[in-house]
Amino acid sequence: MIDAKYKMGGFIALAMLLAVSPLFLNAYWVDVLNSVGLYALLALSLNVILGDAGLYNMGHAAFFAVGAYTAAYLNTQFGVPILWALPISGISAGLFGVVLARPVIHLRGDYLLIVTVGVGEIIRIALINNVFGVTGGPNGIFGIARPELFGFRIRRPQEFFYLIWGFVAVTVFLFARLKNSRFGRALDCLREDPVAAEGSGINTGRYQLLAFMVGAAWAGMAGCLYASKMTIISPESFSFWESVLIFIIVILGGAGNIAGVILGTFLIIGLPELFRGFASARMWFFGLAMMIMMIFRTEGILPHRPRIFKNLDRLLP
Amino acid sequence: MEEFFQQLTNGLAVGCIYALIALGYTMVYGVLKLINFAHGDLFTLGAYLGLTLLTSLGLSGRLGPLLGLLLLAVLVMGFVALTGALLERAAYRPLRQSPRLSAVVSALGASIFLQNTIMLIYGARIHVYPQDILPKVALEIGGVSIPLVRILVFVVSLLLMGALFLFIQRTRLGTAIRAAAIDQAAARLMGINVDQVILIVFLIGPGLGGVAGLLVGLYYGQVNFTMGWVYGLKAFTAAILGGIGNIPGAMVGGLILGVIEALGAAYISVAWKDAIAFLVLIVILIVRPTGILGERVADKV
Repeated sequence: MIDAKYKMGGFIALAMLLAVSPLFLNAYWVDVLNSVGLYALLALSLNVILGDAGLYNMGHAAFFAVGAYTAAYLNTQFGVPILWALPISGISAGLFGVVLARPVIHLRGDYLLIVTVGVGEIIRIALINNVFGVTGGPNGIFGIARPELFGFRIRRPQEFFYLIWGFVAVTVFLFARLKNSRFGRALDCLREDPVAAEGSGINTGRYQLLAFMVGAAWAGMAGCLYASKMTIISPESFSFWESVLIFIIVILGGAGNIAGVILGTFLIIGLPELFRGFASARMWFFGLAMMIMMIFRTEGILPHRPRIFKNLDRLLP
Repeated sequence: MEEFFQQLTNGLAVGCIYALIALGYTMVYGVLKLINFAHGDLFTLGAYLGLTLLTSLGLSGRLGPLLGLLLLAVLVMGFVALTGALLERAAYRPLRQSPRLSAVVSALGASIFLQNTIMLIYGARIHVYPQDILPKVALEIGGVSIPLVRILVFVVSLLLMGALFLFIQRTRLGTAIRAAAIDQAAARLMGINVDQVILIVFLIGPGLGGVAGLLVGLYYGQVNFTMGWVYGLKAFTAAILGGIGNIPGAMVGGLILGVIEALGAAYISVAWKDAIAFLVLIVILIVRPTGILGERVADKV
């Protein structure tokens, strides 16, 4: 397929352009790209739940928060190096996701949506109220150490850029593999038609729960990176608005399409930076643009298309 | 005990307001299966519009409080209803055939747009309602004093809800709305103009939401441009609690949520007020996955 080759070449060229961009951008714009990278991680993780499994989750910031606070607590209380906390953040957020999703996973779409919104709010309120005395209340946790990689301390935005986007690259690779795996195909099937999926022997409940776990765990790891970048975290970083923003990115970019989700992140997080000049009318334009984009690209900017498997004709009679 | 009744009536008043807003969510959801996230901001629009009419036109001064407030409510209702219908035409109708979540994102965009329109017009600061509209008297029942404004909230919302209930149950148009909510395609085949039904729903829902905004302004005495998010979320919770798409459900859900919040804030913890409301929602949905009055909808086979 010549088309696929061109597409791949285009992706590689864009990735290389991104990789060298810190060399000619100033610190401010590199920092913008770092935010884009973090949101890309969050959006990619939500994409597994919302785009692939089709579960309406509008409380993704809760998992982000669990990961960030786990990392921050381990680092400030026990001196665990922040990058060592990365897998622990992922595991704790993933476990939290499973415990949370287990009783509510069977709820119909919009009921699940409001439950996840509720969980997100409960977590935020719990953080503000300094639950168990570990979250530091409204002020949050500060003094989180910078990450250290092979004895090299990461400080400047340019250095963080490679840490964050390196992690994004790994995520894209893994999630693209996941999409083509048995797991990904099962999710495709159960999203389109749960009854048919169940009839084909897919344990829908188990796969939905697994999707929730993977998405939550990845958001938790994004939280760990966020904590190490900011060195201070507080409940206001994990508000309902954050969950909504991640939700918008996934749907507007193209639910289920990894390239679409990343493009969506650039548009939603990057574009408002370009409109800084409009000052207070910035969000007004943002809302207007969202409506217009959705009306003209109803399935997102890069919609998810059914895959055509090679050698399919051999399978058909 | 006095404290309890005080909190109970306060909770019922807030619950009435939630119920009014929740009706807009539930009616739109009923016919379009769309969560109209911009509904909370239409509510805010009602509150600000009421403020403008009160301060610049001095309505209550010329007509006396009762007639003035009535005219005010009608004006707010009409204007917000028109905005709602316009919103449907611009932001939702083009998306009627597309995936459901696309319309949700368009609604979120509309919400941000409306909220910032209000912010650009009125500024970001908190606005205070004039305090002299209603005489500061209270009704004493067995040691419980109920302020006049609280009674006003009860009367207005119960009247509106009663009228809506009768409209939905007794009129041809109401029947058409119920039919379109059950099965849009079948309703169309029965000769119901579904587009007209949707338009009417988008007039009634935002109209009620606008009045709710006005009531919040009168009840709390202040408004800010972001309050639509909080009230919208609470009202949507109420609609889900009662069973979304179900009109009596939204009323019941709103009242229950208001009372739970008020009592939770009074007897458990003010700081955990919102968390208690959501916790109750989650527990109820685990026990009854379609809400309190929601009917079990058969899955497609």
